[in-house]
Amino acid sequence: MSTFVQVMLDGLLAGMLYALVAAGLSLIWGVMDVINFAHGEFLMVAMYLSYWLGFLAHVDPIVSWVASGAFVFILGALTYRFIVSRCIGKAAMAPLLATFGLSMFLKNFCLNRFSPNFRILQTTVLEGKKIILGDIVIGLPQLVTGLFSLAILFALYFLMKKTRLGWAIQATAMDREAAELMGINTDRIYLLVFGLGGACVGIAGGLLTSYLAVHPEVGALFGLIAFLIVAMGGFGSIPGALAAAILIGLVEALAGFYIAPVFKYVAVFAMYLAVIMIRPKGLFGW
Amino acid sequence: MKTRKLEQKDFLWIGLVCVLAALPLVPGLIGNSFRAHVLILVLLYASMAQSWNIVSGYAGQVSFGHSVFFGIGAYGAGMAVVTYGLTPWPGFLAGAVLAAIVSVLISYPCFKLKGHYFAIATFAIVEIFNRLFMVWDWVGGALGLDYPILPDGWKNFVWSETKVGFFYGALALFVLIFGIVRWIETHRLGYYLRAVREGQETAESLGVNSSAVKISAMAFSAFLAALCGGFFVQYNYRVDPPMVMSLDMSMKFVLITILGGVGNFWGPLLGAAILIPLQEYSRAYLTVLGSGVDLVIFGIIIMLMMIKQPKGIMGILQDLGLGARETKREGEAD
Repeated sequence: MSTFVQVMLDGLLAGMLYALVAAGLSLIWGVMDVINFAHGEFLMVAMYLSYWLGFLAHVDPIVSWVASGAFVFILGALTYRFIVSRCIGKAAMAPLLATFGLSMFLKNFCLNRFSPNFRILQTTVLEGKKIILGDIVIGLPQLVTGLFSLAILFALYFLMKKTRLGWAIQATAMDREAAELMGINTDRIYLLVFGLGGACVGIAGGLLTSYLAVHPEVGALFGLIAFLIVAMGGFGSIPGALAAAILIGLVEALAGFYIAPVFKYVAVFAMYLAVIMIRPKGLFGW
Repeated sequence: MKTRKLEQKDFLWIGLVCVLAALPLVPGLIGNSFRAHVLILVLLYASMAQSWNIVSGYAGQVSFGHSVFFGIGAYGAGMAVVTYGLTPWPGFLAGAVLAAIVSVLISYPCFKLKGHYFAIATFAIVEIFNRLFMVWDWVGGALGLDYPILPDGWKNFVWSETKVGFFYGALALFVLIFGIVRWIETHRLGYYLRAVREGQETAESLGVNSSAVKISAMAFSAFLAALCGGFFVQYNYRVDPPMVMSLDMSMKFVLITILGGVGNFWGPLLGAAILIPLQEYSRAYLTVLGSGVDLVIFGIIIMLMMIKQPKGIMGILQDLGLGARETKREGEAD
């Protein structure tokens, strides 16, 4: 029984982090109907930034997530300004492929500069600390990352639902032309949305460095899982992303423990296909 | 079958095939050289891209799952040779038929999904196949299959002395796939495909069974992609899951076609003729700058192309006024 609880807890914590990664993608997809294929690589860039800050300047990931978030915010805004805004509306797949080009560029640039080696921060504040409740062990880095992700997610939800900026974003998502007629600068909203989407994944990447090694391919799997979460949760829906992310985290942990570690992603992808066949627009989509 | 008058396009590409077939006669051009390697890859990737073009270009269903069919074809040939000690020929056929069957099973439910949902479902399928093949001992697992040393010739479809044999093999594949697509393009199925792409509801209202049309396009496409996979494994003497069944391989099908010109007969060839030499030569000559430089350049080209002209090189040619007649005639045909 306690193993089951342990596995569920691990899945839950992983799911919370996935939710933050996916929320950024979901926001961009929901507002602009653009898939940012470089999303996973944004995470990798954030992790490298956090790693180098920790390694060279001894800034702990618990603090440096602010820098990662800000850096990827700018990266996202630049991506929108120089790539996405120039190919949006031209051909259906153009933004997706252009951001795929960006992901190739970022991945191989980091491979070239930083080598394919796995790098992990050795002495962080949280390293090796754990909470032990009877038979259940929770790693403090995972716990802090999970809860922190949840907090950022709530802040994002609050921003979307309760502030004028959030209303403007929602209006733009519903009808770009009508929003423009109401005096909303939709180009700037798109810029901000891309930046905010980047900031979410940037913060997630910054926090992840406290327990996960960084290498040029680290973003690929996270990016793919984020796609599944967004498609499963229904695009643009933050609660949907959270629910789908936790579901995926749990399935991953349970399949990894009770079937075999190699099958955990097979189970995740198979579950995604099953869900999408029954509800073609996702669990919470319309 | 009704005979069709040959058009300018047909003469153009029959001429091209004749020129290509004569290339090995030029001394020093082909042989065991790097140039031959690049030419073979151009023909192979053009054929792969053209097979993708059937379902994604002509029928408009953008699939990111073609590396699965490519991989099944590769494993068909690989297992015939390595596991069963046969010639690769029954493997080519078995792999291609199996890929067509798998493509029908996959696409039947997936064609219900629209736009990005379809694309993401095909990503998921690639990942499932990749991970299953990694742990499946019968197909060699993560280690893959390594070819034994075999005598050269068409029987075993391997040549170690010179690359001329592989060149003619690639040319045969190229002629087969481009020929089939040219045939589809000018016959009923091709018109149905374009009709479904331009407006599924309209096509259905005129009596086109859109799901049957899409599924048959997918089966054709998978069959031909699997043949390319068979060639690929023969050329590399080995196969493992990440080589053939990965998102990166799927993206090669997509990118070459899109950079050349999607839904266009010449697009895949143009895309391969420009991208593959660029990739191979930058990999060979830019290694001084460290690993990954070729893909950095590749990424930049994709970004620039999507920003400047998402219709690809065909679009650029049309902007320059070349091939304007081409579009007009296609417009009339539609």
